[in-house]
Amino acid sequence: MRTLHLLVNGDRLTVAAPDHWTLVEVLRYRLGLTGTKQGCDKGDCGACTVLLDGKPTLACILPAARAEGHEVVTIEGLRPAHCAEGGEGTDPVQDAFDRCDALQCGFCQPGMMLSARALLNENAQPDRETIQEALSGNLCRCTGYTQIIEAVELTVAEAAGADPVPPAWQVDRDGEDLPLAPTGETATGEGED
Amino acid sequence: MLRLPPYRLLEPSSAEEAVKLLTDEPGEAMLIAGGTDLVPNMKHGLFEPKTVISLAKVEGLEGVSDSDAGLRLGPMTTLADASQNELIIERAPALAQAAGVVAGPQLRNVGTLGGNLMLDTRCRWYNQTYFWRKGLGYCLKKDGTLCHVVEGGARCVAAASNDTVPALMTLNASAVFLGPDGEREVAIADLWTNDGIVNKKVSADELLIAIKVPPQAPGHHGTYAKLRRRDSIDFPLFGCAVRLDLDEKGTVSGADLAAVALVARPMRVKGVEELLLGTKPGSEAFDQAVEEVAQLAYKRCRPLDNVPGDAEWRREMVPVYVRRALRSATASSGA
Repeated sequence: MRTLHLLVNGDRLTVAAPDHWTLVEVLRYRLGLTGTKQGCDKGDCGACTVLLDGKPTLACILPAARAEGHEVVTIEGLRPAHCAEGGEGTDPVQDAFDRCDALQCGFCQPGMMLSARALLNENAQPDRETIQEALSGNLCRCTGYTQIIEAVELTVAEAAGADPVPPAWQVDRDGEDLPLAPTGETATGEGED
Repeated sequence: MLRLPPYRLLEPSSAEEAVKLLTDEPGEAMLIAGGTDLVPNMKHGLFEPKTVISLAKVEGLEGVSDSDAGLRLGPMTTLADASQNELIIERAPALAQAAGVVAGPQLRNVGTLGGNLMLDTRCRWYNQTYFWRKGLGYCLKKDGTLCHVVEGGARCVAAASNDTVPALMTLNASAVFLGPDGEREVAIADLWTNDGIVNKKVSADELLIAIKVPPQAPGHHGTYAKLRRRDSIDFPLFGCAVRLDLDEKGTVSGADLAAVALVARPMRVKGVEELLLGTKPGSEAFDQAVEEVAQLAYKRCRPLDNVPGDAEWRREMVPVYVRRALRSATASSGA
């Protein structure tokens, strides 16, 4: 057992944990920060990605003691960090993921968004290939990455001054409100013959 | 969820202290640098050290310095830093490339050059959970007596999977170890044995304190080509580094080829320089020599069913990756 002095999402925290605990265990089971996901738990999938001094790092294979003296940012810290810099609402990356439907089950999403945020902090205008490379350590088993990459591209475009794109679920292709149910025909469950 | 077996974590602040701690508990203590190899292995029950000695706070193990003797690379330099370091990119382009394709971005931010050199060998029957390995009756490398790769095999053939090692071999790099009796320097090409259980001639109480890359020829070029299923995260299914030295006329004055992810030791393909000497990239003679080198590598490199990926397919990929490495080497930076 050891006492860890951590800096997580701007908060200085003192927490006791066994020597062999990883950072993801301390975050989830000592600090209650369950936004960091425990996926494969052996450094393959990227679901446990956190930012260590701004760099994406896998919390599931990082001994917790290694985080001492470094700044840890988890998904819970993205919005406060954005607001602290004078922004409003959620981090633009989170907002873009929402509007691009860049998730299904959502398990990979915290790691994806942190990898994307780290990239955009380093390079405000990455091209598609750079985005793909930056997200290549995060696996998604649902959506197939297209919308995830589009979400990062949207963040980049809007940061460069492009018009905000309204959420996909609010408008259909003609700009009309989407009907709640198909009009005209009503499904009865009865066949025609 | 995969829990680590309990251990005591020590954080020495000097290399001498780390070696002292290692010798205090012979066979019970292990070193941890970035931990990207050791931690998953411990989670799989492959290592259960009583004490883990972290190198994170040891001074003087990080960074790249330059002198007349060449580059001195601190083993705690992360792979991400090494791949972006201007001195390494300029003087040892193959090493920068290799460091830049180890695993994925998050792993390179923590994984180190020294850790990649000291990487444990890998095998599809070994790098599995305890439950999985138990179901098969274990294997030769860990807890068992049977090899699942080579029928009746008495020697472990787990594959050396260090991406940076072929590059370091073609650069004629050496490693400096600190032990209880002081420092020793050994050529990285001479570090290996053909035993997959422990494939390095390094004593358990030695600590890697530096990697030295000697000055290269004025027209040095180098590159690393890596076969893997995904262009990220994966260990190599085959990897090869080439060195191509060009004289002032642009003809080849020196060459080397080394490969990894075949057997327990990284392998230098001998006879490559003779085939390429005197040819000029872009000429027909060079293309012919490249083809001969590719066929030579195909003959010498025989992948086993030790790492994922069909062995036959990996073998067919050998000449493909050797050709790619040689052709792109001339485009790489050179000092």
